[in-house]
Amino acid sequence: MNIIVLIKQVPETTDVKIDPVTNTLKREGVQSIINPFDVYAIEEGIRLRERAGAGKVTVITMGPPQALEALREAVSMGCDDAILLSDRKFAGSDTWATSYTLSKAIKKLGKFDVIICGKQASDGDTAQVGPGVSTHLDIPQVTYVKKIEEITIEKARVERMTEEGYDIMETPLPALFTVVKEINVPRLPSLKGKMRAKKIEIPVWTAESLECDGKKIGLDGSPTRVMKVFTPAPREGGEMLSGEPEEVAKKLVGLLRDAVLG
Amino acid sequence: MSGKEPIQVILEKCVGCTLCVKVCPFAAITMSGKKAAIDLNKCTLCGACREACKFTAIVIEKKEEKKNDLSVYRDVWVFAEQKQGVIQSISFELLGKGRELADKLGVNLSAVLLGDGTEKAARDLVERGADKVYVVDSPKLGAYLDDPYTKILTALVNKYKPEVVLCGATVIGRSLISRVAVLTNAGLTADCTGLDIDQKERLLLQTRPAFGGNIMATIITPNTRPQMATVRHKVMTEAVAVPARKGEIIKETFSDDMYLSRTKLIDMVREIEETVNLAEANIIVSGGRGLGAKENFDMIRELALTLNAAVGASRSAVDADWIPYSHQVGQTGKTVCPKLYIACGISGQIQHLIGMKSSEIIVAINKDPEAPIFKVATYGIVGDVFKIVPKLTQYFKETLHKS
Amino acid sequence: MDYLFTEEQKMIQDLCMQIAKEKIKPVAAHYDETGEFAWDIIKVLAESDICGIYIPEEYGGMGGGILELAIATEALSWGCGGISLGFAATGLGTFPIILFGNEEQKNKYLPDIASGKKLAAFALTEAEAGSDAGGIKTTARKEGDHYILNGTKQWITNGGEAEIYSVVAMTNKDKGPRGASAFIVEKGTPGLFFGKKENKMGIRSSSTREVIFTDCKIPKENLLGKEGLGFIVAMKTFDNSRPGVAAQALGIAQRALDEAVAYTHERRQFGQAISSFQGVQFMLADMATSIEASRGLIYSAARMIDSGAKNIAKVSAMCKLYASDVAMRVTTDAVQLFGGYGYMKEYPVEKLMRDAKITQIYEGTNQIQRGVIASALIKEGLA
Repeated sequence: MNIIVLIKQVPETTDVKIDPVTNTLKREGVQSIINPFDVYAIEEGIRLRERAGAGKVTVITMGPPQALEALREAVSMGCDDAILLSDRKFAGSDTWATSYTLSKAIKKLGKFDVIICGKQASDGDTAQVGPGVSTHLDIPQVTYVKKIEEITIEKARVERMTEEGYDIMETPLPALFTVVKEINVPRLPSLKGKMRAKKIEIPVWTAESLECDGKKIGLDGSPTRVMKVFTPAPREGGEMLSGEPEEVAKKLVGLLRDAVLG
Repeated sequence: MSGKEPIQVILEKCVGCTLCVKVCPFAAITMSGKKAAIDLNKCTLCGACREACKFTAIVIEKKEEKKNDLSVYRDVWVFAEQKQGVIQSISFELLGKGRELADKLGVNLSAVLLGDGTEKAARDLVERGADKVYVVDSPKLGAYLDDPYTKILTALVNKYKPEVVLCGATVIGRSLISRVAVLTNAGLTADCTGLDIDQKERLLLQTRPAFGGNIMATIITPNTRPQMATVRHKVMTEAVAVPARKGEIIKETFSDDMYLSRTKLIDMVREIEETVNLAEANIIVSGGRGLGAKENFDMIRELALTLNAAVGASRSAVDADWIPYSHQVGQTGKTVCPKLYIACGISGQIQHLIGMKSSEIIVAINKDPEAPIFKVATYGIVGDVFKIVPKLTQYFKETLHKS
Repeated sequence: MDYLFTEEQKMIQDLCMQIAKEKIKPVAAHYDETGEFAWDIIKVLAESDICGIYIPEEYGGMGGGILELAIATEALSWGCGGISLGFAATGLGTFPIILFGNEEQKNKYLPDIASGKKLAAFALTEAEAGSDAGGIKTTARKEGDHYILNGTKQWITNGGEAEIYSVVAMTNKDKGPRGASAFIVEKGTPGLFFGKKENKMGIRSSSTREVIFTDCKIPKENLLGKEGLGFIVAMKTFDNSRPGVAAQALGIAQRALDEAVAYTHERRQFGQAISSFQGVQFMLADMATSIEASRGLIYSAARMIDSGAKNIAKVSAMCKLYASDVAMRVTTDAVQLFGGYGYMKEYPVEKLMRDAKITQIYEGTNQIQRGVIASALIKEGLA
């Protein structure tokens, strides 16, 4: 089974804090990590390969040269191949241009059975790139997959998380899945994987090698524009209630009365 | 730097004040010889530096594209999400906001409804403010499926050319609209918490959080139409129903192949524990590690039941198997925005705060006075959850009983 | 400090630290409380290729030595000194096979240990033979192609969980220490039984049991080396394994320091972080300095052993002695710095103090270590 996993390198958002004095983002010590949801995608890709007993997992990301680190980490977990899509012409891509570029890379790669992505990236939170890729490729998709129940080379039966529970969906392959955290517990890298990751040659594909339409990539290919970026006003410190449990509970019920009855 | 770079520092204007370095969310700017230098490998052209620069020393080159003729695009559309024929509350919230946007643009507000047996739902949409409802009714559209919904919505957009399309940032909404945006070459902005109109340019100003809410961005779609956006639950105010309000219902039909789906829905499973949908809940009572054990969630459930609230949980409570993942609030769980969020025994790791800090009122009960949850709490109580929560339940019961 | 690790050693360190932080730390308190054996963590170690780092490549390992073992043990013990023991005690049970096993024995047992499929244990101690290993009562009687083992081993780490036991038993009581021999006994052999799991003060998730032999019949091929080599096997094994115990102590101590630094920075009294008080600062500085000294000694000893040096007993005893004493002192200080909170089970440092204590006791008490060091000194002085 040939599996493609799409990942994104993101800042470790837990470290993004607002400087109370300048009201700007403090960046010291902000490391780059694989988008947490994509780690589940990588794990699921490797598991599908193990389940099938044959095939390979190719991990792809679009980003600056530093994103090689994310790809190496994916290889250290057990992905077979990695490809970096990197070109200054890709700068400023929104989800439309990003999904177009990724789909061009997948087309160049050729045959595949399954594409897996995390449900969304932790920096942008759009959840748009996965569905965008499946649309550019004109293949079926199932989003928010929490379990792959059965899978053969022709079709898969999966569980899609919904607001109320889950749907059981059947789809022919090739198809694209976006996965949620519940799908698995990702493994850590292995020592042999880390050694392989250190040595592996990762090709870098550019706009030219992907034969991209220049009007569909980067800023030009992105219908949306960021008009401005600002820091939200920090939430004001609230009121601390103190006293014996009965006392504070009574106070709180009084304060919340309107909210609860409304 | 060659003139071709999409973003440039005008060295003559740059005074080396480092303001841009501080605001860059991507750490792409460094000082080089007392002038700002932008690393294009990191830069995403977000424009934060240009905004911050007091000396207009940063320019982002916008290729002046030939403006498409945008004037043929009119009306504000709301994709009406239905489940088992019932319109979801998010759609009424979108109609509430959509009305305001349509009025500012001086156009109609329309709803698009795909389903099976849609008459009542279509009337509901009219009562909630839709001037027109485009209805596609077919047994094949009863439950959401990516393929037919995508094809049909795309066809409708291409036919009627709306100026703005709004959609809930729900499981269905996000899956569907992402596909439609690609097929219609539309700009799409996810998870908006604020929408407004630039009346002069007829632009939809879409404001959304990024980096887990640590920064906000306003996004526009300047050169293409429609302008598409998804909106989170509970951010906009529901449109009020006006009984017997008049509106036009336009029925559309399509050829058979439009209804075909490659994916099949085999079964829909409702997880019984979920008494109230977390995303739609007005009140959420959440428990964390401080509860200490699985059985202590009963206390949380009782308070939730009393308040007709949904039950949430922190990641550590879910990881400890005290409650299913579907209840998890936070970065790797659900993002919620209720009127009232009561956090019991939750310390408030940043990953949790990301998922709930836009709630209107936050109550935090925790024994550790240093717990970060208190920084976002409207009302904080340092104390024993096991003593306070049962008291809250008791007093709320009494209060609600009286009223 | 930069200890000039190779790329591979750095990877081992990074990976084991990642396992410690992401997998072990979150479950350490649970296993400490229940005393259950952490098989889920052993599985993680197996999947990450950690189990075989000190086993030669030809037997499926990564071909590392004592230094690699020490690096891994230190990092894993940072997560939990009890859980890491499942790994480290397997090393102890495996060294007799690596050092004295013949080709057949190595081929039979090492690959499964390297892959993490099986754990090993070393069974020497008895009720009346602790520090005085000469008091061993367990016997191995030769009968045709077999040996028949009888006797009871006490406090055997990994007892019951391990599949492979390196056992020291008397083949000739008349010869005293020269009458002891070492054997490999597999779990499942008729006549091999396990006593109840001991309820310990610290390292509670590690399994410590009696291993009982009642007419336990093993093939003669399971003899390690030759008859009469039992004590040599034990002593050489300990020479190789003591840096591992030292590394366990080091990991526990480092964790205590890390916790103390974080806590004293967070904890405010008299309107400021308590780490701004000189009394606290001096304690932290002393803790850090002794930990670094202990680390330097352990790594140097490990490198010396890996280089093939002969007389390693002294330096091996020194690092075990020093690191465990440091761990005890540092963890006690950490509890002190946490104040009342440090005494509470909700905070991690009291466990570290309980876990540290054993490192002064097992694999030769620190009094025995001092004896080993002193006798080496005297021997050197006479030479």
